[in-house]
Amino acid sequence: MTSLGALLIRDMRLAVRVGGGALMGVLFFLVVVTLVPFAIGPDLALLERIGPAVLWLAALLANLLALDRLFAADHEDGSLDLLLMSRAPLELVVAVKGLAHWLTTGLPLVIAAPLIGLLLNLDGAAQAGLVLTLLVGTPALTFIGLIGAAIAVALRRGGLLLAVLVLPLTVPVLIFGVAAANAVLGGAAPFGTPFTILCALSLASLVIGPFAAAAALRQEIE
Amino acid sequence: MRLSASNLACHRGGREVFAGVSFTVASGEVLAVTGRNGAGKSSLLRTVVGLLRIAQGSLTLEGGNPELTIAEQAHYLGHQDALKPSLSVAENLEFWTGFLGRKAADVAAALAAVGLDSLAGLPAAYLSAGQRRRLSIARLFAVKRSIWLLDEPMSTLDAAAQDRLGGLMRAHLAEGGFILAATHGPLGIEATRELRLGEVGSALAQPSASSPWSAETKAS
Repeated sequence: MTSLGALLIRDMRLAVRVGGGALMGVLFFLVVVTLVPFAIGPDLALLERIGPAVLWLAALLANLLALDRLFAADHEDGSLDLLLMSRAPLELVVAVKGLAHWLTTGLPLVIAAPLIGLLLNLDGAAQAGLVLTLLVGTPALTFIGLIGAAIAVALRRGGLLLAVLVLPLTVPVLIFGVAAANAVLGGAAPFGTPFTILCALSLASLVIGPFAAAAALRQEIE
Repeated sequence: MRLSASNLACHRGGREVFAGVSFTVASGEVLAVTGRNGAGKSSLLRTVVGLLRIAQGSLTLEGGNPELTIAEQAHYLGHQDALKPSLSVAENLEFWTGFLGRKAADVAAALAAVGLDSLAGLPAAYLSAGQRRRLSIARLFAVKRSIWLLDEPMSTLDAAAQDRLGGLMRAHLAEGGFILAATHGPLGIEATRELRLGEVGSALAQPSASSPWSAETKAS
């Protein structure tokens, strides 16, 4: 569909332009992860053990940064009215906005993770495992976040509400993401089980997120 | 093509904005929706495109594409210009023509029609209010849709741009489209019928001077 393609291109363009969220997310991720070794001190064993958890937490927070503007910006300038009137189903419009958000916020985190893993003393296998879990797990963060972004659309300073709404819902993603990453590091649990559940969480949120967000937008826009 | 509303009512925030509004617009016609501030002009347009729920009454479109809703066959020009400041003038228009589909004119021609062709590469952040308005009007020209719903289309436009918009509207009417416009001033089109809001809905009290809220509860 050309209209959805146009929307994807616009949202990605906006994200990489001045004031967009793409670079901000990666930089935030980088800053948070860089601060951890300074806070903990040069205990390499400890850093290696908590590395995956730190990276996952930072990814979660970085993901939230651009999320609160996802629908609010379109709501403020009137674009959302026209998106709601679209011939394309609102669920797909919302999903495309989610996809654009993931491509500009989630994917750069996945790409930056190996570089940042070095700071936390992660070896090659651990990094590969971590990248893999972030790759399949970050879409879940974005698409769960869509729901919160849609609910908070009409509120000024909705970002705080967004965090309160979204972070509890991302707990399962965090648990299984970190569990899978730890398994690669030689933890007691096997890699397959948490990784498969993580995939399942992502797939489920890909379906539920757009529908719930579209329903929220239809209610909100009055 | 013919749009008719019968006994339409709209509620916002638990308060009745208008009620008992009936009108018909057919191809080649302009219906100017007038009324004091807060009479529900904008709400009426938003109700027609489905951005507000119809509390009562019905809305029917005859002669349109039966597979599409009214909103999907309509251009809605709201108060806000739906422009992104970080995108250039051309990119903004490119997006809306791509998103709305069925291109009638290319982006350069549409920008020329509203006199913005020399600013195509400029970020929309640097446009004046009138230029922003003209850029969103270019959307009406670039994508062909037969129903135009215009909310204060002449506001912020200078005399030359108003004439130009008048010309675009006349061309649109000649092609069999129709226009529903919320307006305070004249649209510059002779065959304009008027729908006055605020006198039809009896529940609409005049804002009392004593209440500081009544005059601004819902800017039209």
